[in-house]
Amino acid sequence: MLSVVVFGPLAVGLVLLALPRLPDPAVRWTWVAASAADLALVVALWIRYDPRAGIGYEANVPWIPTVSSAYHIGVDGLSLPLLAMTAVLFLACAVYSLRQKERVRAYTVLFLLLQTVSLGLFVSLDLILFFVFFDVSIVAMYFVIAGWGHGERARRSALMFFLYTFLGSLVLLLGFIGLYLAGGTFDIVELAAAAPLDGRGPLAGLVLLALVVGLAVKTPTVPFHTWLPPAHTDAPAVGSAILAGVLLKMGTYGFVRIVLPIMPETWRQYAWVIVVVGVVSVIYGALVALAQTDLKRMIAYTSVNHMGYVILAVGAAGLVAGSSEQARTLAVTGAVTQMVSHGLITGALFLLTGVLYARGGTYEMAAYGGLAGPAPRFALLFAAAAFASLGLPGFSGFIAEFQIFAGSLDGAPVPTVIAVFGVVLTAALFLIALHRVFLGPTRAPGATGDVTAVEASAIAPLVLLIVVIGVFPRFLLDVIEPAARAVAELVAR
Amino acid sequence: MTGMNDDPAALLPELLLVLAAVAGLLAGSWLPRDRQWVVRLIACAACVAGVTAAVVDLTRPVQRVFDDTYVVDVGLGVVRIVVLTSILLTVGLSVDRFAATTRETELYVLLLLGGLGTIVLAGANDLLLLVAAYLLASIPLYALTGIARTGPGAEAAMKYYLLGALSGVTMLVGVTLLFGVGGSTQYAELARALPGAPRAVVAVGLVAVLAGLLFKVGAVPLHFWVPDVVQGATTPVAAFVATVPKIGGLWALYRLLSTALSTSALDWSLLVAVLAAVTMTLGNLAAFFQDDVRRLLAYSTVSQVGYLLMAVAAADRAVLAPPALGCYLAAYAVTNLGAFAVVAALPRAHTLADYRGVGTRHRWLALSLVVCLLGLIGTPPTAVFVGKLTVFTAAIDAGLAWLAVVAVLNTMASVFYYLRWILPVFRGSDPAARDRREPHGGVVGTAAACDTRRSRHGAAGGGSGTAVRAARTAHCAAAASLLLGVAAGPVLAVLAV
Repeated sequence: MLSVVVFGPLAVGLVLLALPRLPDPAVRWTWVAASAADLALVVALWIRYDPRAGIGYEANVPWIPTVSSAYHIGVDGLSLPLLAMTAVLFLACAVYSLRQKERVRAYTVLFLLLQTVSLGLFVSLDLILFFVFFDVSIVAMYFVIAGWGHGERARRSALMFFLYTFLGSLVLLLGFIGLYLAGGTFDIVELAAAAPLDGRGPLAGLVLLALVVGLAVKTPTVPFHTWLPPAHTDAPAVGSAILAGVLLKMGTYGFVRIVLPIMPETWRQYAWVIVVVGVVSVIYGALVALAQTDLKRMIAYTSVNHMGYVILAVGAAGLVAGSSEQARTLAVTGAVTQMVSHGLITGALFLLTGVLYARGGTYEMAAYGGLAGPAPRFALLFAAAAFASLGLPGFSGFIAEFQIFAGSLDGAPVPTVIAVFGVVLTAALFLIALHRVFLGPTRAPGATGDVTAVEASAIAPLVLLIVVIGVFPRFLLDVIEPAARAVAELVAR
Repeated sequence: MTGMNDDPAALLPELLLVLAAVAGLLAGSWLPRDRQWVVRLIACAACVAGVTAAVVDLTRPVQRVFDDTYVVDVGLGVVRIVVLTSILLTVGLSVDRFAATTRETELYVLLLLGGLGTIVLAGANDLLLLVAAYLLASIPLYALTGIARTGPGAEAAMKYYLLGALSGVTMLVGVTLLFGVGGSTQYAELARALPGAPRAVVAVGLVAVLAGLLFKVGAVPLHFWVPDVVQGATTPVAAFVATVPKIGGLWALYRLLSTALSTSALDWSLLVAVLAAVTMTLGNLAAFFQDDVRRLLAYSTVSQVGYLLMAVAAADRAVLAPPALGCYLAAYAVTNLGAFAVVAALPRAHTLADYRGVGTRHRWLALSLVVCLLGLIGTPPTAVFVGKLTVFTAAIDAGLAWLAVVAVLNTMASVFYYLRWILPVFRGSDPAARDRREPHGGVVGTAAACDTRRSRHGAAGGGSGTAVRAARTAHCAAAASLLLGVAAGPVLAVLAV
């Protein structure tokens, strides 16, 4: 069943590729139908999943037995929420793309491929399988940016994206090979049980360095974030939504799924470094975002800021000495919640900037003003997503960030206090952006039409879900908490 | 030793190649030009039968035949299968170019003989047989390089021959030295004798023998012929020369170093590792700004040899090294031939700019090209990814972590020039760019021009300009590259026995 969820979109994509005579509208609606069906399956998985049961829907078939690599998949409290978030976001993107006109078939097939690799990555319980999905996501996203990005610049940005993240992935591969040579298998569950690199001194440090650098490039954290702003600025709206919403989570997910459970001792040893990197990302991302005049670039930098909170939380989860298990569980729970929340919020924000670009042809905030008058629904959706992003109570971002701060305060009080200032900065930058674009006399370089029904039906559900998680978070937290506790226990071994 | 074993049945695939070459040559002399497809049939039948025999042989225990000069083991089995499959693919991508020409029979016969030489190279367990195999694997290729009788072809053949002759003589000197201090040419005997021999002589002899094999695989510092030959020869020949000799040459290196020199005090592992690092780096740097697709592929094959040499460097210190080498060789052969097949399928497209718009006109061909080029980068789930994964693992396991880091950096750098090729494929062809290009040597070569030419020849039934079968070969190779990647488990399991 899980395999169907993962490979269903790809199968649909291949069928579309093999039917060259299918008209474009049929291709678009097939994509929507496939994504909706996939989401329905994920919801069914969620309902039948028991959070206390550990890994559910497991499948384990030998793949490359010579290096003990298997097609090992399954979901638990860490991956199921991300799986669901991915399915939701891809459905939103499919709906949003109903107005796509340029080379529809190739576009659709690429996104269906991206959906398969994203879902596949989150259910992988084998390092090689994880890496395969990790790498293919880069290739597919490269083609999306290079093929459907904005103008000549897009190809440069796409190349930079490819080179940068590909190098990251290869460094990650070296780390995986290090784990394999120490543990004799690529299986994540077995490696986590054995923790083969504990007590191996500098070797463990090197492997951790490779893993952290590889994942940090993807996340991205300061100082590995430089590929992100150009890639986002030049990517099409849907590409940005998937890139920020789903692909960035592959990095942070790697931390909680692979690094923390498999290398607990080394992680505890270097947790302070991670905490510092996280806090620097938080503050630096927020400050640079504050200085942007390009709306999309600004949102891209807030991703660095928001991912910084996740890094802070996973770092704090390794600071065993000064904190209780309760706090560390809270930090990991907050990290996973933040991944889900940020995926939805940033997905909505990028789709909304896409709406803006479709009207005005630019992302420059200076070109717009007073849009709340002619486009009230657009203003409402944007304001809701922006407030959610800055962590206002009642939205999902608050739930996530509150847990992260509460969980990290014990172990790392000073960094946490500094990180809280990040929230203040994000609040400031979003308020300024809202002020510039929506208030004052109406100014726009092009049409000022409000969101269309198609656009609204893609974005509004995301905003609704953000509010639902913000108001009734229990259904999500009940799934995450047992798995987060397991991770916190594994780190403390 | 297990006594004499002169069972010719152990050499069935090799014998089939010899027989097919002789039969093809005889048949070709009598057949009219438009019925030389019979020779093609003979060649293909021999290859298919050879693959079957080789697969059956895989299940048998290791055989040492003809006084221990030739070893039939899993490694040789894999080399046989890969080489024979490569010959089949090469035939597939040369049909469009060579069908019913005056050189058709010669082409197939030389391919068979060159393939035979490569296989014997891989199985040789004796220095003299190694030299003989070297010659058998080289001479047909010189002729193949010049087969089209064009200016660049002749120049390439000359360069190839001169460098080959020089390396061959150097290799003979090395063999003489090793024989002189070791008292035998057999690897097993050498392994016993060499530790007691003067180190300096062994070192010089080894380096001289390596020279021949490094020439064969096109590794630095004997790689100069690769770009000229690949660019000067016809595309099918270029594909063969850039792919097949490496298969046997690398396995010969592995066998020589891990058998005859396994007991030696020489640190040949470090030597090979340095050569690997230099080879991949120089190949990559040279490929960076190439505009001719064949020259780009030529330098890319040089860099690939660098990665392959990593497995040789790790040969006797990592259990994963032999399966890694076999897996990477198979993956490389299929993927590289696929890329060349795309080039052969678009005979009028020479530069990267000529590939502009191919994606919209030839969807599947463009897809095959992308799969093969991404495959050469080592992107999953293609076969080369599994090759790289295992080779990196073997290298780190053998204590050559620095080499793995160099390889990673090189892989990252290689992305740049492969993408330079992929990008124009998916861009619409604009007339301005075509006008800009035309003054340069009159190469129009856009996909459109290609198309009209192809359809015209197709309609005329001449076939020499159509590239349909090359395109089909490209699709097959790309699909095989993907399949081999997904189904790498069984392949590696066979190799790891």
